[in-house]
Amino acid sequence: MDVREAVLQDTVFQEREDSIITKGKQKKQLKCDTDSVAGCVSQRACVYCGARVVLNPVTDAIHLVHGPIGCASYTWDIRGSLSSGSDLYRNSFSTDLKEQDVIFGGEKKLARAIDELVEKHPAKVVFVYATCIVGVIGDDLEAVCKAAADKHQIEVIPVQSSGFAGNKSAGYRAACDALLRLIQRDNAKVAQKKNTLNYLGDFNLAGEVWIIKNYLKEIGVNVNVAFTGDSKYQALKNATHASVNIIQCAGSMIYMAERMKELYKIPYFNISFLGLQDTTASLRKIAVFFGDEDMMSQVEKLVQRETVRVEPELEWYRQRLQGKKAAIYVGGGFKAISLVKQFREIGIDVVMIGTQTGRKEEYETINDLVDDGTIILDDANPTELEKFMVDKGAHLLVGGVKERPLAYKLGVAFIDHNHDRKHPLSGFVGAVNLAKEVYTTLCSPVWKYV
Amino acid sequence: MDRGKSGANFRDVNENPCNMCMPMGGILVLKGLEHCMVIIHGSQGCATYMRRHMAEHFNEPVDVASSSLNEKGTIYGGEQNLKKGLDNIIKAYQPKVIGILTTCLAETIGEDIGRISQEYLTERDYGDLTVITVNTPGYGGTHSEGYWLTLKKIVAKLARKTETHNKINVIVPNISPADIREIKRVLQLMQMEYILLPDFSDTMDRPYERPYKKMPEGGTKLADIAAMGGAVATIQLGLTVDDSMSPGKYLEKEFGVPLYNLPLPMGIENTDLFMNVLQELSGNPLPTCLEQERGRLLDCMIDSHKYNGQGRSVIYGEPENVYGVVKTCIENGIHPVVVATGSKNLKLAQLLDECLANAPIECTVLTETDFTTIRLKSRGKANIAIGSSDGKYLTEREGIPLVRYGFPILDRTGGQRLLSICYAGTTMFLDRVTNTLLENKHKNYRDSMYQMFYQGEQEGQELSTESCGEQHVMLMQSN
Ligand code: SF4
Repeated sequence: MDVREAVLQDTVFQEREDSIITKGKQKKQLKCDTDSVAGCVSQRACVYCGARVVLNPVTDAIHLVHGPIGCASYTWDIRGSLSSGSDLYRNSFSTDLKEQDVIFGGEKKLARAIDELVEKHPAKVVFVYATCIVGVIGDDLEAVCKAAADKHQIEVIPVQSSGFAGNKSAGYRAACDALLRLIQRDNAKVAQKKNTLNYLGDFNLAGEVWIIKNYLKEIGVNVNVAFTGDSKYQALKNATHASVNIIQCAGSMIYMAERMKELYKIPYFNISFLGLQDTTASLRKIAVFFGDEDMMSQVEKLVQRETVRVEPELEWYRQRLQGKKAAIYVGGGFKAISLVKQFREIGIDVVMIGTQTGRKEEYETINDLVDDGTIILDDANPTELEKFMVDKGAHLLVGGVKERPLAYKLGVAFIDHNHDRKHPLSGFVGAVNLAKEVYTTLCSPVWKYV
Repeated sequence: MDRGKSGANFRDVNENPCNMCMPMGGILVLKGLEHCMVIIHGSQGCATYMRRHMAEHFNEPVDVASSSLNEKGTIYGGEQNLKKGLDNIIKAYQPKVIGILTTCLAETIGEDIGRISQEYLTERDYGDLTVITVNTPGYGGTHSEGYWLTLKKIVAKLARKTETHNKINVIVPNISPADIREIKRVLQLMQMEYILLPDFSDTMDRPYERPYKKMPEGGTKLADIAAMGGAVATIQLGLTVDDSMSPGKYLEKEFGVPLYNLPLPMGIENTDLFMNVLQELSGNPLPTCLEQERGRLLDCMIDSHKYNGQGRSVIYGEPENVYGVVKTCIENGIHPVVVATGSKNLKLAQLLDECLANAPIECTVLTETDFTTIRLKSRGKANIAIGSSDGKYLTEREGIPLVRYGFPILDRTGGQRLLSICYAGTTMFLDRVTNTLLENKHKNYRDSMYQMFYQGEQEGQELSTESCGEQHVMLMQSN
């Protein structure tokens, strides 16, 4: 049965038809980056959420949520981003708007909130996030932030992340706009340092930025600043000192890279440090960019050493996992693409794949990568996830917190590829971690009893 | 008691919230109705956040729809979005009842969900579908208020003047599915017929079954809610609930159902109170097995009283649960030093005044508070914390060990299985608390004794600090 029929028959959301395709069956384009359909129980969050996840890893900033309490409650330190220094970012500050504030406006309260926070916590930058109702009650965020910045002589940057103004990807852009305001323009004139890059789209979950920095250091590359994992105000400010931007999570950072290219003539390219194949290719790509012979031979040395170390382990898992089928439903396209390759490395086929915020180009890549018959879907909901996992006989789902119980109830193994995981999935060590996690869940004795 | 500091403790910033927003409480209640689907009228994010929190606490899939209000809907009204959302959830879930909750956004733009849903039912000719609407602006109160307001609205909408029957109404606060099951077990043992509201014991803690049902069995039946007006009495475990949000009060006023408004049966006194009322209403004596459970609880209290005597607790969470824990602590010689809730709740403050009046140690009571304030007040005073996962920072930053209780529990598994009420549950709860105190004491006592008394050569010093590390030293200070 073709997907179009299946959707009509079983999942009944007619408006969703164009967001689901079967590879090889249809020529049409997958519809993506649109608003979620009402009542479909989307797995996606909002603009604020997108902005928050991107900016929150800036460790020495005050992150102030301007709005009622819920948004701040639900996002308090839910990411496993690690810091090598300040832990100011792990607080959840909110103006906690009440009925009165909604009626009379929240500007004064916001101004006082900034005063109170700045007095209490030493910080050079405050990010002020707009939530749903801020736009509606008409608070002039720009003006309040500017006044506060003048008063305290620090940077107070508004983040235009009203929840309803688009979907999560709009939040990524709002975060990037905030970051762009932070970067010091005059600094563009400062000579770019040799063999130095900015690393975009890694949020240092379980220390992943540190792993990559170590690799780069070994091959003679300096990381000027990571956006935004374990990053600090001053480093972000000097972002223009790098001669190139490399992007890991393109969904959240491609916009940033584009803008930096326009504004500061810093070129960029995509890399991925997820999985053996991607990690190796990315290191080579970087060495080629810098055109440094010495660096190239360092890369080969590193790759050789690490491969010898991890290959036997991966082989052990491969033998046990060969032929299993996986379903993928993750936040962004970059992760999804890497996962297809990583699964291949351990002998697993992907039968269903989707994302919350994948971009058109990413879905094209996915389409090229997966086998015929694979279901590809954007902004899915539990009904669809259930249907396609069952239909396709998936043994394993990769997803986040909300998807986990669904997989388990279906008697399917599960991999956390979410914000709060406590083990790194990047680099050579990450490749082994993933295989290990897949093995632990897929080959658990528990499935014998269900 | 240090009461000067109660009330709002922060002026313009809430630093690390001790509560969630109103619609969250509403979802919890609606998940306790049979075949109920919930839709939140507002932007997509609110629903997703709440689903995420609940999925992690209950370890269950939590399907909650959103009307996914976008820019257009916000400017021109979200009526179309809501109606389309209703269409879709009816198609996909075939619910018997739909709960519609508003968010901050929908409230601010003035959406009239009562009117929209009425219109919808007429337009689509869905006469037999029950729709319950509750206005739950996120800025109107915490998830506790959302919980009780939703209960009250459900009762007000569905309860009818019916023939009197021999069932009693039992209305429970936000307790775990395991706790709800415990109430049911006790009622069965007392041979009582009852209508329990809400009952998410099966819907939010489902047995593994095949095939998977996205509309699980369980929950309070609508017909039962309709019959609440004819019950013998209502037992509402909501002593701290304001009359305006009290479903028990409503049933009393509208239908003359006598109300027994009781505290959560946690600890010996409060559980006795509950059992006495059950005996009075049923005319049955306490069965042997409950007698024995009471005896075992007493035995447990004696076994642990000396250890507990060293406990200095910080207790936070929803008003009703906080009150239950405070009583249990006091009965067991664990002195509360900080009692806190994110809600604005005058009744709780009064009740605490009474039970802390003779406390040997000063206790700070905080309402409408946040975690930064709780932390500051607990620093150097408390050696145990009792409450949701959000208190993990008390451990991380102040070295105060945390016994997880309440909602949400996000960093441990089994939040839905924690049993903490009635005689058997209190025993288990108390063991968790005592053992945490013991663990902490044992972990620290070698170092603390050494630091306090050893005056010989310094030889062992390095060894001991090396083996304990920074956090260890921190724990010691609060021991
Ligand atoms: S506070 Fe308001 S906007 Fe935030 S999650 Fe709650 S209802 Fe949604």
